[in-house]
Amino acid sequence: MFFLKLLNFWQFISTFAPENKSLNHLLRVMTNKINIFKKFSGVALAVFALFLVLSSNLSADENPSVGEEIHADGTIEPLPEEAKGSIDISAIAIEHVSDAHSWHFWGEGHHSVSAPLPIILKGNNGIAFFMSSEFDHDNEGKVIVEKNGERFVMFEEKIYYANETPNAYGQYVTLTSEDKEVSVSNAAVLDFSITKNVTQMFLSVLLLVWLFTSIAKTYKTQGVTSAPKGKQSFFEPLIVFVRDDIAKGNIGHCSDKYVPYLLTVFFMILVNNVFGMIPIGANLTGNIAFTLVLSVATMIVTNINGNKNYWSHIFLPHAPKAIWPILIPIEVVGILTKPFALMMRLFANMTAGHIIIVSLVGLIFVFKTIYIAPVSVAFALFIDVLECLVAFLQAYVFTMLTALFIGSAVADHNEDGMHTEDDEKLVAGH
Amino acid sequence: MTNTFILASLIEPAVGLIFWTTITFILLLVLLGKFAWKPILSAIKTREKGIEDALASAETALKDMRELKSNNEKTLAEARAERDNLLKEARDTKDAIIAEAKAKSQTEADRIMSSAREQITNEKNAAIAELKNQVATLSIEIAEKILRSELSSDEKQKALVSNLMKDVNLN
Repeated sequence: MFFLKLLNFWQFISTFAPENKSLNHLLRVMTNKINIFKKFSGVALAVFALFLVLSSNLSADENPSVGEEIHADGTIEPLPEEAKGSIDISAIAIEHVSDAHSWHFWGEGHHSVSAPLPIILKGNNGIAFFMSSEFDHDNEGKVIVEKNGERFVMFEEKIYYANETPNAYGQYVTLTSEDKEVSVSNAAVLDFSITKNVTQMFLSVLLLVWLFTSIAKTYKTQGVTSAPKGKQSFFEPLIVFVRDDIAKGNIGHCSDKYVPYLLTVFFMILVNNVFGMIPIGANLTGNIAFTLVLSVATMIVTNINGNKNYWSHIFLPHAPKAIWPILIPIEVVGILTKPFALMMRLFANMTAGHIIIVSLVGLIFVFKTIYIAPVSVAFALFIDVLECLVAFLQAYVFTMLTALFIGSAVADHNEDGMHTEDDEKLVAGH
Repeated sequence: MTNTFILASLIEPAVGLIFWTTITFILLLVLLGKFAWKPILSAIKTREKGIEDALASAETALKDMRELKSNNEKTLAEARAERDNLLKEARDTKDAIIAEAKAKSQTEADRIMSSAREQITNEKNAAIAELKNQVATLSIEIAEKILRSELSSDEKQKALVSNLMKDVNLN
């Protein structure tokens, strides 16, 4: 089911592909690469498709429902333990890519091993601060934590004000469901917790600061005349790549100003992509809040640096005045769709990769046989290797497109090859 | 739980994460910008400039060396030519000196010879003249003596005159 959703999602995203020559070029290059990739993996994909078809049929036969049953009156009843033999892989996959209030390593329920993380809540009576261990591994709204005279419960990694009394299943939240869609009617608390993603972000920041300040120190101590060594020799080519190929290639002569921003974005995404690849790592770059902040940053940088040409292209387009009412809103929306596409691209790419790996491993539990394991492992390994490439590729694409947007905003009109033809026509018309 | 519920939470950005990401990202941007990118980029730029300069100076040095080498060769060739010239000149001078000396000695010799010859001639002439004088004196003395003896008596005088007269008649 979520594969279909994902597909729809992609179509949705592709409608926002900005009309841009360089981007088209990139897409063409990527399509070529995908074609080559298809050639080799055609057979593998066919086998995989077969397994998918089989799995959907089998699971349809074996588990008519998952985990819980939804009653007509809207309350939800957990199925008896014996009926829980089957596992809802999609729920696990979604949970796997979502943020969490504790850093879970392994195990289930009360036996799970996880690191507690600080929870910071802005309640009505002020700020509440406590460790996630106080919820005692509860994620179903059954354990209440009382701070500042307020009672909190956690349900599906979201924190709500608790009800006075529990429902039939000991939950202090009011659940309503319509059409299989469950919603919590309790008021949510403003949650500023140091979640798993935030923790990983802090760790990645510490790593980045340590890494690059120590590299900077190396330049200072060893001087610039000696050949780079160790970390320096790995990261210098990347830095030079970002500076020359990404920044200078897309922005042009005034690119130096934007290089620090592009470098920060590139390494922030790259490090967190790689962290996400580690089995217990958090899926930070596949979290929409993170990609949202980065793309908003790109939008701000692009627009505050936009020159006269950039704004005149939006509000005074080179077109007959009659179609201005159509064109100007499109251009204005374009200001937003560019960073929106950035946000979605990174989020969907990283999340999709993680979901596919979980799903492939989940096939073992869906089929309930160990003989599927080699296939699952082989495909998961293949996707894992692909994800290693994607980790670098997405960091590159995000940075490259950021540079491209900045470049189009600061470009001189004469340098902008896209519009010279239009300009000539306009001049000829006058 | 059903998927849709959690799926919605996937696409719904969490306020807390936005808050922390914003703070962290700005902090990272400032920290790295100040303490990492600035020194690293300037160091890389300095090194690139250094390499560029080194290459350029190497190029210049090579050019200079090549120029020097060609200069050296030129100087060497010049020196060689100069030496040849000098040698040739010396030889010429030597030849000239020898020739001149030869010519000089020849003329001197000629002069000496001619003066000697002249002197010899003069001496010879003088000797001849002396001899002639003496011969003349002698002849006169002889003639005197002959005359004295011829004309010592009247008969002899008469015989002479008659002899002379005979010659005249015959003529």
